[in-house]
Amino acid sequence: MTQAPQTPFALFDIDHLLSEEERAIRDVVREFVDSEIRPHIADWFESGSIPARELARDLGSLGVLGMHLEGYGCQGTSAVAYGLACLELEAGDSGIRSLVSVQGSLAMHAIRAFGSEEQKQDWLPRMATGEAIGCFGLTEADFGSNPSGMRTSARRDGDDWVLDGSKMWITNGSVADVAVVWARTDDGIRGFVVPTQTPGFRANEIHKKMSLRASVTSELVLDGVRLPADAVLPGVVGLRGPLSCLGEARFGIVFGTLGAARDSLQTAIDYSISREQFDKPIAAFQLTQKKLADMALELGKGMLLALHLGRLKDEHLIRPEQVSVGKLNNARESLAIARECRSILGGNGITLEYPVIRHMNNLESVLTYEGTNEMHTLVVGQALTGIAAYR
Amino acid sequence: MKIAVCVKQVPDTWAEKALKAADSTLDRDAADGVMNELDEYAVEEALKLTEAHGGEVVVVTMGPERAGETVRKALSMGADSGVHLVDETLHGSDALATSYALAEVLKDRGFDLVMFGSESTDARMSVVPAMVAERLGIAQLTFAQKVEVSGPTVTIQRATETGYDTVEAQTPAVVSVVEKINEPRYPSFKGIMAAKKKPVETLSVSDAGLDAARLGLSAAWSQVEDFAARPPKAAGTIVVDEGDGGAKLAGFLAEQKFI
Ligand SMILES: Cc1cc2nc3c(=O)[nH]c(=O)nc-3n(C[C@H](O)[C@H](O)[C@H](O)COP(=O)(O)OP(=O)(O)OC[C@H]3O[C@@H](n4cnc5c(N)ncnc54)[C@H](O)[C@@H]3O)c2cc1C
Repeated sequence: MTQAPQTPFALFDIDHLLSEEERAIRDVVREFVDSEIRPHIADWFESGSIPARELARDLGSLGVLGMHLEGYGCQGTSAVAYGLACLELEAGDSGIRSLVSVQGSLAMHAIRAFGSEEQKQDWLPRMATGEAIGCFGLTEADFGSNPSGMRTSARRDGDDWVLDGSKMWITNGSVADVAVVWARTDDGIRGFVVPTQTPGFRANEIHKKMSLRASVTSELVLDGVRLPADAVLPGVVGLRGPLSCLGEARFGIVFGTLGAARDSLQTAIDYSISREQFDKPIAAFQLTQKKLADMALELGKGMLLALHLGRLKDEHLIRPEQVSVGKLNNARESLAIARECRSILGGNGITLEYPVIRHMNNLESVLTYEGTNEMHTLVVGQALTGIAAYR
Repeated sequence: MKIAVCVKQVPDTWAEKALKAADSTLDRDAADGVMNELDEYAVEEALKLTEAHGGEVVVVTMGPERAGETVRKALSMGADSGVHLVDETLHGSDALATSYALAEVLKDRGFDLVMFGSESTDARMSVVPAMVAERLGIAQLTFAQKVEVSGPTVTIQRATETGYDTVEAQTPAVVSVVEKINEPRYPSFKGIMAAKKKPVETLSVSDAGLDAARLGLSAAWSQVEDFAARPPKAAGTIVVDEGDGGAKLAGFLAEQKFI
C-alpha cells in the first residue's frame, strides 16, 4: 500500500505556525536559493571560491542583509522571518548563510547597536545593499572559546587609536570593506570600525579547508593600524559587546542548521524511494524507515524549538542561555541528520552530485563556531546548576 | 496610467494535479496554490510601465478565499491595490463565465490597460484575455513579447512561431504577455510587509452586479463526462548494441513512424 509521501515539515504542519507574511518571506528566499545558489554551489564548494561581491549584491537586493535591523536601509522584519531566511539560505549552503550572518548579525548589528550616528550612516545603508561587505574579528589563534584572553590591543596615540595584533578564522575577512575588530584597551575590550583599506591592515585567506568551502575564511593582521578617535564603537565597553552580537548570529544558526538538515533529509527520502536494491526501493526496508522517521522527529522538534525561540525573541523575552539551548540542539542534531542521510545515499553520498556530504562537512564548522558544542553545553549546565564549569 | 492586471491562483506547477470525483472540477486543496507563472510577467510589465509613465496598478482576481494569497503576492511585488471576486456560485465557471465576470468587474473603472498572462498553467486555453476584450469592446493585443506606451497608443510585438508581428492599438486595450517579455522581480521584504496594509476590495457576485445564472458549473457550456488518471509510464525499450545498434534504432523509429 503506497500513498503520496509528505515532507518532514508537513508531518509537523509547520506552515500552520507561520503567518502568511512569514511564509511569503520564506518563499522569496527559497526561490532565490533555487535559482541563484543551487545551480552553482557544488562548483563553488569544489573550487573553494565564491563570487563574493556579486553574491553580496544579489543578497542585498533580495533584502536579507541585516533584514531584522531597523532603519538605515534595513528591512526591519521580525526575528522569526530572519530565522526562516537563514533556514532557506542554509538549505542552499551553510557558507552562504555564514556570509549573511556575519554581515547582518555580527558586523551590521555591532554598528547598529553600539555605533555612533556617523558610523551608522556611513556603513549600514551600503552594507544592507551588499555594496560593502563586513567581517567581525573576535577570535584569535590562541583565544577561541576564551576570547577574554585576547592579545590584540588598541592604544591611544594623541587622539588616534593604534591597533596591533591578529585575528583568526574570520569569515568574509579577505573580501571585506570594513572589519569590526575587538581589541583590548586600558578601559577593557572595545570594538573598532576598521576600513580594510587602512594601512597596516592585511587579510590572508585560509586555504585547504574541508568545510565551508563556499565561504571566505581569513586571518586578519593588524600592524600598527592607525585610526581616528571616532573609529571606536562608543556604545559598549567589555566582552558584553561582542557576546551580544554573537547572540544575534547564534539565533540565526538555530534556524539555519535546520535548513541544511532539511535539505539532507529530503534528498535522502527522495533517494531512498527511487533507489532499488534486492528488487525494491531501499525506502521499503524497515532499517531505512527507522532512520528516516528518527531524523524527521529531530528535524521537526528542532523546528518547533526554533519557532518557540523566535517568538520569544520577537517579544524581547529571549535569554542568552535559551539561545544556547537552540544552538546546541539544532547544530548537533542537524549534523547527526546529515551524517545519517549520507549513509542512506551509499556511494553516491560521498559526491558533490548530492548536497548531503557538503552539508555534513559544513555543519562541522557550524558545530564549532559561534560557541562550540561544548561551550553551549556548559552554558546550559550553568543555567541548570548555577555553577560555571568552564574555568 | 491606470492598469489592471488579472491574476489567477493555480495549483503549483510541479504538483500532481487531480480532479475531484464529486463534480469533476480541479481539486484545489490537493496542491499548494501559486500565482499563475505568466501572470507574474504581466504584473512585472505593469509595474515597469507605471514606473516609467506614472500611474497605478490594480490586481484583479476571481477565485476562492485562498486566492487572496495571490493578490497579496502581486501587492508585495509592488501593485497598489487589489480586487478579489469571491463567491461560491463562481465555482466551476468556464472561460465564457470567467470572462463575463471579469469584464463586469473591470468595466467602468477607468483602466487604460487590462493585462493578463497569455495562458494559465491549469486550464491552458489562452482565451480569457481575448474574450474579456471582446466583452469590453476594446482592442486586444495578445501574446506580447514587448510593450511600449506612447500617449494613448500601445504598441506590442506579438510573438509568432516564426518571429513577431508589430501590433498597435489605442487605449483602453487588453494586453496579454508571454514569458519572453521580462524577468519578474522577487517581492522585496518591505513589499511583503507593506502588502498587508494595501487595500483589497472583496466582491461577492451580487456586489459586482453579476447574474448568478450565467456563472458556475451549472452554466458551463461544456461538461466533463468522465476522467481517468494518466496510465503509469510503460517501461522503455532498450536497444542493445551488438554492432547493429544504429540499424536497430532506425528500425524502431521507423516502426513508431518517427522517421
Ligand atoms: C569556518 C569558521 C568561521 C569562523 N568565523 C569567525 C568569525 O567570523 N569571527 C570570529 O571572531 N571567529 C570566527 N570563527 C572562530 C570560532 O568562533 C572559533 O573557532 C570557536 O570559538 C572555537 O575556538 P577555537 O577554534 O580556538 O577552539 P578552542 O577554543 O581551542 O576549542 C577546542 C576544543 O576545546 C573545547 N574547549 C575549550 N574550552 C573548553 C572548556 N572550558 N571546557 C570544555 N571544552 C572546552 C572546545 O569546545 C573545542 O571542542 C570561525 C571558525 C570557523 C571554523
